[in-house]
Amino acid sequence: MSGRERAAEVALVGGAAAEVALVSARERAAEVAAGVRDPEMPMLTLADLGVLRGVEVNGGAVNGGAVNGGAVNGGAVNGGEVHGGEVHGGEVHGGEVHGGEEVVVSITPTYTGCPALATMRDDLVHRLREAGFARVEVRIVLDPPWSSDWISERGRAALREAGLSAPGPAPRRSGPIPLTLGPARSAPPCPRCGSAATRLTSEFGATACKALYRCTGCLEPFEHVKEI
Amino acid sequence: MNDEFAGDSSQWAFGTGFEDPLAGVDTTVPPGVDAAELAAYCLMLGDDALIMSQRLAEWCSRAPDLEEDIALANMALDLLGQARLLLTRAAAADPGLVPALPEGSPVPAEDALAYFRDAEQFRNVRLAEVENGDFAHVVVRLLLFSVARLALLERLRTSPDQVLAAVAAKGVKELTYHRDWAGRWFLTLAQGTEESRRRLVAALDALWPYQAELTDLGVELRQEVDVVLDQVFAVSGVERPGRAPLTGAGRDGAHTDALGPLLAEMQVVARAHPSGRW
Repeated sequence: MSGRERAAEVALVGGAAAEVALVSARERAAEVAAGVRDPEMPMLTLADLGVLRGVEVNGGAVNGGAVNGGAVNGGAVNGGEVHGGEVHGGEVHGGEVHGGEEVVVSITPTYTGCPALATMRDDLVHRLREAGFARVEVRIVLDPPWSSDWISERGRAALREAGLSAPGPAPRRSGPIPLTLGPARSAPPCPRCGSAATRLTSEFGATACKALYRCTGCLEPFEHVKEI
Repeated sequence: MNDEFAGDSSQWAFGTGFEDPLAGVDTTVPPGVDAAELAAYCLMLGDDALIMSQRLAEWCSRAPDLEEDIALANMALDLLGQARLLLTRAAAADPGLVPALPEGSPVPAEDALAYFRDAEQFRNVRLAEVENGDFAHVVVRLLLFSVARLALLERLRTSPDQVLAAVAAKGVKELTYHRDWAGRWFLTLAQGTEESRRRLVAALDALWPYQAELTDLGVELRQEVDVVLDQVFAVSGVERPGRAPLTGAGRDGAHTDALGPLLAEMQVVARAHPSGRW
């Protein structure tokens, strides 16, 4: 084996090892990010809520070349679960990846003015730093807008278990949005006693994403996550 | 969160300096779009939302009951969120719009626009700024505002600017709730007691001259708005007011006397401490 061949082999093996390290770092980052909970509805993770839209890990610059590590692209959209996803553009130009991977997490607000977004950012940064990722960037994704349809099945079950009513299917519209002057939306069943006899108290609850209802069966008030 | 802020927990006292609401969003102005025009448009829509939000926030703890108090605060919050995105988008498209602040000031662009402009630099419609009245007044104000804003945002979902289109698509979902809330209360007050109806009609009469300004952005928009308003008037048994529109335009910075005191209250602390950190 010539010196040149030998060098090429070392570079190749090194590159593969780096790629493996990067994939594993990305999986770890995705796992940590997916475990962060919503500050206002802590029974839900950000992944359950569908606000976590992606986790990427970019390795440090290696041999002067940019290492663009695995991207979990929109994996979060699929039922609100972050799947391992595929590694895109995982070109690693030989050599080893240094400890300086950067994690880029993408999240989307449920409602434009949702103040919990700032806490979500902070929590993601802190949890990922605790997990050993020194550099964390949180990006906002506005398009497509969040839909309550993105709340996962696990999230819906967690809501019900906590006494909240999970959203029904979000309205799908074409053409002008009709004005609704009566209580046209069908009232959700009571999450406590299951009675269908419930009444809307207010479309606006303690957080932007919830409406208030009262059960006329068990007389308990309850919160309903709105369909948007 | 940018790396430069890592380990530095201080931020501007009156804003959320390191929390750019468009962090990571591509704010490149698309080809064929005039950056200055786009910025002016976003500023106008952002100012509408900001000033309306401030007036709605003044209702906090003053509504007839807790649910409506929370509803008004929720709508104020939605509009504040829209204002933040739109002012940030305006500043990114045309940094020349942002008031100059002392060297090293930590104030982000959205806050510089909100807190460091004078009344004549605001581009909001006057309907948003007039002083609060009674509950019927806020119902009418919100009806006129949300019917027009929803129609406009629906159109802007196909804006060539991807940021404005995304803000509009999100805003449509929020405004749908605002419009329904206002429409239902309009109907309730119109068909409630003699007193509730009297107050509703008085509020409609007082606010109607400001309505035309909201739809001064296109014939089709005006027609769409008229259809929805006429629907609400018909169901409520209230006559469409005949009062003529006011002359002048908040869009050109010609505001009512109500905007100055509103801004004074909103801006006083920020202006007193332009470099304040906590």
